[in-house]
Amino acid sequence: MTVMSDTALQAAPATRARGYWATVGRRIGRDKVSMVCALVLALIFLSALFAPWLGLADPYQGSMIRRLRHIGTPNYPLGTDELGRDMLARLIYGGRLSLIIGILPVILAFMIGTTLGLVAGYVGGRLNTAIMRTIDVFYAFPSVLLAIAISGALGAGIVNSIVSLTIVFVPQITRVAESVTTGVRNMDFVEAARASGAGPFTIMRVHMLGNVLGPIFVYATGLISVSMILAAGLSFLGLGTKPPEPEWGLMLNTLRTAIYLNPWVAALPGVMIFAVSICFNLLSDGLRSAMDIRN
Amino acid sequence: MLVYILRRIVYVIPIVLSVALVCFLLVHITPGDPLVAVLPADASQELAAQLRTAYGFDRPLPVQFGLWIWRALHGDLGNSIATGRPVLTEVLRAVGNTVTLAIAAALIGFTLGLMFGLIAGYFRDTWIDKVATSIAIAGVSVPHYWLGMVMVIIFSVQLNWLPAVGAGPGGSGAWGWDWEHMRYLILPAITTSVIPMGIVTRTVRALTGDILSQDFVEALRAKGLRETGVFGHVIKNAAPTALAVMGLQLGYMLGGSILIETVFSWPGSGLLLNSAIFQRDLPLLQGTILVLALFFVALNLLVDIAQASIDPRIKRG
Repeated sequence: MTVMSDTALQAAPATRARGYWATVGRRIGRDKVSMVCALVLALIFLSALFAPWLGLADPYQGSMIRRLRHIGTPNYPLGTDELGRDMLARLIYGGRLSLIIGILPVILAFMIGTTLGLVAGYVGGRLNTAIMRTIDVFYAFPSVLLAIAISGALGAGIVNSIVSLTIVFVPQITRVAESVTTGVRNMDFVEAARASGAGPFTIMRVHMLGNVLGPIFVYATGLISVSMILAAGLSFLGLGTKPPEPEWGLMLNTLRTAIYLNPWVAALPGVMIFAVSICFNLLSDGLRSAMDIRN
Repeated sequence: MLVYILRRIVYVIPIVLSVALVCFLLVHITPGDPLVAVLPADASQELAAQLRTAYGFDRPLPVQFGLWIWRALHGDLGNSIATGRPVLTEVLRAVGNTVTLAIAAALIGFTLGLMFGLIAGYFRDTWIDKVATSIAIAGVSVPHYWLGMVMVIIFSVQLNWLPAVGAGPGGSGAWGWDWEHMRYLILPAITTSVIPMGIVTRTVRALTGDILSQDFVEALRAKGLRETGVFGHVIKNAAPTALAVMGLQLGYMLGGSILIETVFSWPGSGLLLNSAIFQRDLPLLQGTILVLALFFVALNLLVDIAQASIDPRIKRG
């Protein structure tokens, strides 16, 4: 008897959850804009990942005699930069660092913020007040200012720029996680879990996490766009990556001096940042409407 | 209303103190000696110790923080290490230019955003809506510092219509509301306006769509109210949220101007911050961030109060 009711209890939500995600997947698969964005992103990701095997020129190898070649020069389809390095190779290799410093802060903030928000929302009381009031302090800074203040104080570097952007996004994700958790906390199934003797840790991990993760995840995918722009922005200011590393923000910075000589080559790294950022934004919008099954 | 305002002001006090604490601690998370920028490379141990005492770095942190707050309350944010001038004077002069830029950008961005948002909300799922939402999503996704570069490439390098950098002829720094100065404002203002334009469009579109789908609009139309009258109701219901979003955006433009100001060498608080970072001028860095964050807090307070005064439901909540 007990065994039967146990399996019944566990089986019911599990199948329903699978059904939900399958529906979301089907809906987003039918959304043309989302699919094009996913394709563009996959292309950028894979080419960055497999850059060494694509037969590209050495992204670090410059030459004084072939500096700032125009787009369409034979052998240099996208021209060369201010030190004569092949732009195509640098743009593709540049994806490696640019994507890491743009996406990693959101992943870290997603993990930290979800934990903080889940605990604050579930435990409530003084702990909630303590966490949420601390978060409020960070909301007193515009996010660009906060990122630059922390990076500026810590000094230039990839790790510092990832740390500062993570600090910028943790409060935002915590707020979303807290409000979603508070909404779920008093639902009957949580009450049922508590009545059947589950401890707070088990309830949070097993029963709540799956129910709050969706909305937080959608919110986080939207943040990637901002994070890409800010991360490249920090490098653009000279606070992120250091030369000669290929990275889109830093490339924009060093090519800025060349806008009078070869303007369109100088603008290329920004096109990459723009493409990644807009694709993540559109994908996040598509995901949001796909998950909103009721409409 | 007065009670609400007073309550909001009381809530702000701990926020202001925490903001000050964060700014104070910024200098202390800095790797290495905070004196590194003032000390000559071959300074003796005694000189370093002397300076440490002179700047008060030898005292316990809470005491340092107390003293720093006390001086800041009296308008003394220390002196810039690079120029020797008082930090507050430097910051306030630069903030003036940032405010000019932010207001010009807000005028462009908010006007376009409201227009696009209302049109898109009214004509939901038509081609007009698709065009407006595409512009909006491009606006929020564009790396604005890159857009600034592209603007310079088109309008300064290729067409030679507008100046690429600075805030006035001859780099005088003194601002005036004449064409000679306004020419310098156009490109940075348009570039800055793109993000708020996108965000306001998206917000207003969603608001308009939600309001139009509510029952009371149906009722208004059923009782024979003309579309212009319905429009008035849409505006009235969208105003509080739209206002809050615009206030926040204005704050972001004031506080987050460093990238645009760097691209256009616009002599505002962002450019000041940039030079403070790279000259490791820590008092200037600390002071600029404090002033900008306090501006942001004050602006949020004003927005909250304005929002409550047009939407009485907020006061009760």
